[in-house]
Amino acid sequence: MYKARAWLSRSFTALSSNPLRVCVVGSGPAGFYTAEKTLKAHQEAQVDIIDRLPTPFGLVRSEKLQQIVINQFSRVVQHERCSFFGNVTLGSSVSLSELRQLYHVVVLAYGAESDRALGIPGEDLIGVHSAREFVWWYNGHPDGKNLSPDLKSTDTAVILGQGNVALDVARILLRPTEELATTDIASYAWTALEGSSIRKVYLVGRRGPVQAACTAKELREILGIKNLYVHIREDDLIKSPTDEEEMKNSRIQRRVYELLSKAAASASSQPMLGQRELHFVFFRKPDSFLESNERSGHVSGVHFEKTALKGGGPGKQYAVGTGEFEDLDCGMVLKSIGYKSVPVNGLPFDNHKGIVPNIRGRVLKNISGDSSQVENGLYVCGWLKRGPTGIIATNLYCAEETVGSISEDLEQGVLASSSGLPKPGREGLLQLLDNRNVRPVPFSAWEKIDSEEKRLGSLRNKPKEKLTTYEDLLKVAT
Amino acid sequence: MLLPRLLRVGAFMVKELSRGGCTSISRTGCTRQHWRPFIELQSVPRVFQGSIFQKYPHFSTTAENDASHGSNKQKDMINVTFVDKDGEEKNIKVPVGMSMLEAAHENDIELEGACEGSLACSTCHVIVMDMDYYNKLEDPTDEENDMLDLAFGLTETSRLGCQIVASPELDGIRLAIPAATRNFAVDGYVPKPH
Repeated sequence: MYKARAWLSRSFTALSSNPLRVCVVGSGPAGFYTAEKTLKAHQEAQVDIIDRLPTPFGLVRSEKLQQIVINQFSRVVQHERCSFFGNVTLGSSVSLSELRQLYHVVVLAYGAESDRALGIPGEDLIGVHSAREFVWWYNGHPDGKNLSPDLKSTDTAVILGQGNVALDVARILLRPTEELATTDIASYAWTALEGSSIRKVYLVGRRGPVQAACTAKELREILGIKNLYVHIREDDLIKSPTDEEEMKNSRIQRRVYELLSKAAASASSQPMLGQRELHFVFFRKPDSFLESNERSGHVSGVHFEKTALKGGGPGKQYAVGTGEFEDLDCGMVLKSIGYKSVPVNGLPFDNHKGIVPNIRGRVLKNISGDSSQVENGLYVCGWLKRGPTGIIATNLYCAEETVGSISEDLEQGVLASSSGLPKPGREGLLQLLDNRNVRPVPFSAWEKIDSEEKRLGSLRNKPKEKLTTYEDLLKVAT
Repeated sequence: MLLPRLLRVGAFMVKELSRGGCTSISRTGCTRQHWRPFIELQSVPRVFQGSIFQKYPHFSTTAENDASHGSNKQKDMINVTFVDKDGEEKNIKVPVGMSMLEAAHENDIELEGACEGSLACSTCHVIVMDMDYYNKLEDPTDEENDMLDLAFGLTETSRLGCQIVASPELDGIRLAIPAATRNFAVDGYVPKPH
């Protein structure tokens, strides 16, 4: 099978006397694993990775402990048949149809940069932010700098959602700032947090602890914050038979539930003076945001409807409103209810799921799911393909599937027939960008940015001091 | 967790060596002229040799030097059998102290190790085929459990290959490489085949 594939790949090269040209849009884990596996599976393929930011790696850049992943990805880009071009935006620098003319294969792996909306009254009040934007803000993402959240006019923040992102932002709000000083958090964020008056954080979920979306590691990290008062209502921990069934089937849920019940059991009954507080609230669905009487236009609380779990069986229980309501006062709300991908001109998009319709990575012409309606030469990988779930390693398997589809299509002549002509690939792209006055940022420039950030960091006893504006990034890059 | 133990062992070694009570310290123990086995060192070996070699390479170098100075034994090897997803068996010899992931790579066995043994993925998931051998392994840490949570086809005797370190009592262990790596949903959802 491998031999046949290799022969076909070679014969493709021989027939058209030009290598397979692949463009990957997006340089996060999905993009990189796709590039790596394509290079490995096709010995003549040339792979170009483009990203709208000057810096590669996507969300990985904002996570600790990811140096190994960064090293792996760096090795991919440094491969002789691979190139990285930052500062190239799909849509404005180059259109999707242009890319499909320049390359035999285009793989979209640009993730999810928007949010699901609640669609409830008051969502536009000042003080209501998306958790994603908050994460960008404290990580120094160049698109996040201007968030300027007000951390001084309230002592309470409500976080809607109980996934890992929700826990991450809760942690940033509750951790002693001395500990944050030696991380690579953006300096302006650290300064703001130093002056923060927030002492109480609520993590609110629509369903129960058995359905909490976070994973054990992140939960342990937040429960381990020094001198933190953690509160969970005992009643919320009561399990139904369906809950028990769910836990039996899922190790993750089991371990998360155990951590939550241990935390509830060992908590003292009252917070001590000066202690920061973390409250896990379950079975509450946000109904509307309340506007402050004193400061018009500002949020002053969240109006919740109590919920109960209904049918569907284990793993499929959903929250239903009970008609009883309850308010939580707060001056800041962070919505962490899921990321959402952004559609691109010329690309079919399933708005409900927030993904590009596809079968095993092959993009479909519409969302009907009809497998005969495939867009030749167009593929997806990562969150754009599966929705915004999973961890970095999840993309490994995702890329395996997408590259598998690409290889199959090559073998079956689906690609060869429509692209018997040589494609301009890299040279064509660079020419087009040049004509448009777009200056792509190569990987070597990232290395300059990286060492500059580390140098600046060493001046302040931090691993790195992030450059946070496009201006600064491009200045160092060129 | 490991560091305090290592420091204890290290401090012990320094103390003993400086006292002149030992002629040498090797990986398997302290050779003494008149005082028989030190429980501390003897009960630590697996942890000391295995995990530390993996996670703290600079310590491993130190130990290597000590071993070459003092030890006059051949490096211990154990027999390990890998069974791949098609049922094909491969018997290999693994030096004590090496992880199963490393051993697989050294013998061209197809076991993915995406995060290079840093407990950031579950691609080196293996199934210990005999309960007896599974019970001989130290319990997985929270970190390993976090990653096992995400492994496809998890069984009662599943472990991460990068965390199983060869030791004499694991001689003859059989490890199965799970059939599918294609599941990539965190919540265990398996896509329907087309």
